[in-house]
Amino acid sequence: MPIINAVRVLSDKNFKSDCTKKPAVIALAGNPNTGKSTIFNALTGMRQHTGNWPGKTVLRTQGQYIYNGQKYVLVDLPGTYSLLPHSAEEEVARDFLCFSYPDVTVVVVDATCLERNLNLVLQIGEVTRQLILCLNLMDEARRKNLIIDSDLLSRRLGIPVVETAARNGEGLNQLRQTICDVVNHRITPVPTPITYPPDLEQAIAILEPQVRQIMGERLNPRWVALRLIAGDQSFIRSFFSSLPDAGEGVKL
Amino acid sequence: MHACMTLDRLLPGCFALVEEVQAQGITRRRLLDLGLVPGTIIQAIHRSPLGDPTAYQIRGAIIALRQEDTLQIRIIPFEGT
Amino acid sequence: MSQNHPLSSLLRQSQNISGLEPAKATDSIVQSIYHTAQKIARETVQMPGSRIQNLDRRLDNIFLSRIWGYPVMLILLTMILWITIIGANYPSSWLASGLFWLEERLTQGLQFLDAAAWVHGFFIEGVYRSVAWVISVMLPPMAIFFPLFTLLEDAGYLPRVAFNLDYFFKKAGAHGKQALTMCMGFGCNAAAIVSCRIIDSPRERLIAALTNNFTPCNGRFPTLIAMATLFIGGSSLVLGTQLMATLTVAGFILLGIILTFVLSYFLSRTLLKGEPSSFILELPPYRSPRIGQVIIRSVMDRTLFVLARAIIVAAPAGAITWILANTYIDGTSLLSSFAAFLHPFASHMGLDGFILMAFILGLPANEIVLPILIMAYVSGGSMMELESLGDLRQLFVVEHGWTWLTGICFMLFTVCHWPCGTTLYTLQKEQKNAYWTFMAFLLPTCTGILLCVSVNYLVQFMHLL
Repeated sequence: MPIINAVRVLSDKNFKSDCTKKPAVIALAGNPNTGKSTIFNALTGMRQHTGNWPGKTVLRTQGQYIYNGQKYVLVDLPGTYSLLPHSAEEEVARDFLCFSYPDVTVVVVDATCLERNLNLVLQIGEVTRQLILCLNLMDEARRKNLIIDSDLLSRRLGIPVVETAARNGEGLNQLRQTICDVVNHRITPVPTPITYPPDLEQAIAILEPQVRQIMGERLNPRWVALRLIAGDQSFIRSFFSSLPDAGEGVKL
Repeated sequence: MHACMTLDRLLPGCFALVEEVQAQGITRRRLLDLGLVPGTIIQAIHRSPLGDPTAYQIRGAIIALRQEDTLQIRIIPFEGT
Repeated sequence: MSQNHPLSSLLRQSQNISGLEPAKATDSIVQSIYHTAQKIARETVQMPGSRIQNLDRRLDNIFLSRIWGYPVMLILLTMILWITIIGANYPSSWLASGLFWLEERLTQGLQFLDAAAWVHGFFIEGVYRSVAWVISVMLPPMAIFFPLFTLLEDAGYLPRVAFNLDYFFKKAGAHGKQALTMCMGFGCNAAAIVSCRIIDSPRERLIAALTNNFTPCNGRFPTLIAMATLFIGGSSLVLGTQLMATLTVAGFILLGIILTFVLSYFLSRTLLKGEPSSFILELPPYRSPRIGQVIIRSVMDRTLFVLARAIIVAAPAGAITWILANTYIDGTSLLSSFAAFLHPFASHMGLDGFILMAFILGLPANEIVLPILIMAYVSGGSMMELESLGDLRQLFVVEHGWTWLTGICFMLFTVCHWPCGTTLYTLQKEQKNAYWTFMAFLLPTCTGILLCVSVNYLVQFMHLL
């Protein structure tokens, strides 16, 4: 059962032992090949192998850094195109974002290919509020003469946007500062909800209050309602294994 | 407006609008996740040296797909840039 | 228990509440999100017609071309090997003379301290020499090949290789991304086994993992290079012979690639039957690699990697080899009797007992096969001093009767024999199935034995020797 194994790797138990002093946990998510590992290396001073092909990072890697006297644990997640997982690796990324409750999620996107990457940003924005968009590969975007209005982008998405070119170290301080600001609630991102067709919206309106009743606000109830409507079995499975008593042989 | 056809017949350099993804199951979800939803503009870019797979420009990225999968994507070709 | 969880019952009800079929709802959700993404992107991004994108297209017109696609791949591979062979020569001989100079000093030091003979034997002839051989013969090619390969990786060429080769993988019932895992295999087979996770379908992932060993890793092709250099003369300054040595190594790598296809085909018709799953591969934009940084970083990384392996694996292996060579039962050393035991079988394969033994003792890491062989030969023979790489030819050809056929069979078996210990361990950890780990051992081993035996007998029957 590879799926269950992947979930186990992430179970909170493992994770907490790594950071007893309660540092802020920062998740690095993003499409494959957007430079997540480069950002990870730049922030943590570690030297993960990087390369220009999608799927290079298959393991969840963890590192830490200190900024303004505060400790941050950075988790580099495998690249994924979507939060509807197709593979064990994508499930790893999804489950970490949903059930490990990172303090901040940084979505790294390829500035030269924004439209495609926004798909994932919008989906993650449905799961968590604590979201920062890192517009990476800005050097490539400039080379390609792309002009990106990141202020407007930030307003439309409702989350902070930081422009970086991690390979040259550009924008990294700004990124550290923004992460710090969101962690300490000096900035409060409010991801703009996606509007769905009327039939879906109606169903959400019915289900959302019931979900809220069961789960509270731990996970965005609107998003959970959508998962239920989509009949997302893998989400439900992961949800149950993320419950505290999951280790005790709960099976579906 | 041209008649509807499948993506594998789109010649390199030509554009089309995605009309429908007919694949089912996991392949369907993968294709949708690439952004191949109805109304998407797609351009065939390159055939590989032996004719399969083919690379397509989809929402700003270049994606290679095999013929088995492109057979299941219905498109409406159009001229333009 | 979770059946009764309110969320489970809500899931069961949700279809009635929404009146939507889950699959339809999923489509509709994905579509809404993409339309939103499209709208936002159009508002915030302006893209005037760009020259760079055209450059990418022009590069792809060459690298993915019907005519040039494959030749360019072969030329790039050959070029990298050629630079490695030429470039490795000088540091190799410098390191060799430096390390053997140091050996003499160490020996003098031990004589000065009046140390026992076995101390000198164990530490100098055993531990020190094996480490010295790993560093002088294996390190330079690794430290040159790897950065060059990393440059291609950084530039974005590897996915193009997967694109070009996918047709063959499809015919073999495998996944095009297997090409990427093979590329990783040039660096390290164990790392490549982990990278097989990029293949979603378990069947195709297993095919990729089981056949990965046919890609000679960084610990093996220096052996190929050393052999080609010894027998064809890559160390001479004549361009023709250098090129011949390069083409020989490239040929053996190609053979490995062909075997990968053949065995993938075989596996997907027998043990791992099934239809190819869907193939989706993103071809990322080309990026100009930052040459200085890539080279410095990967040379450093490789050097550290090799040094660490040398200390962890080569030093104990050298110690064991020395003990085997110096423990006598009935007048013959254990090493010699082990080699003599293997010899009848090895001679069918065009090898000798010592060579096969070196491969067996080299199970922990392929880097040490050649050093162990050298030590085994030296300890049993009259030639105690090897001061330059030129002496190796003397040792192999004159003292131990190697012919070009021995060289070919040695190279064949280098490309196809059991994976190293680390690779097997990684495979077991990834698949959690001893059966497949055993198959990963058996498959290349049988292929290698079969190839060596047939080449050996073919050459003998045709009286080519």
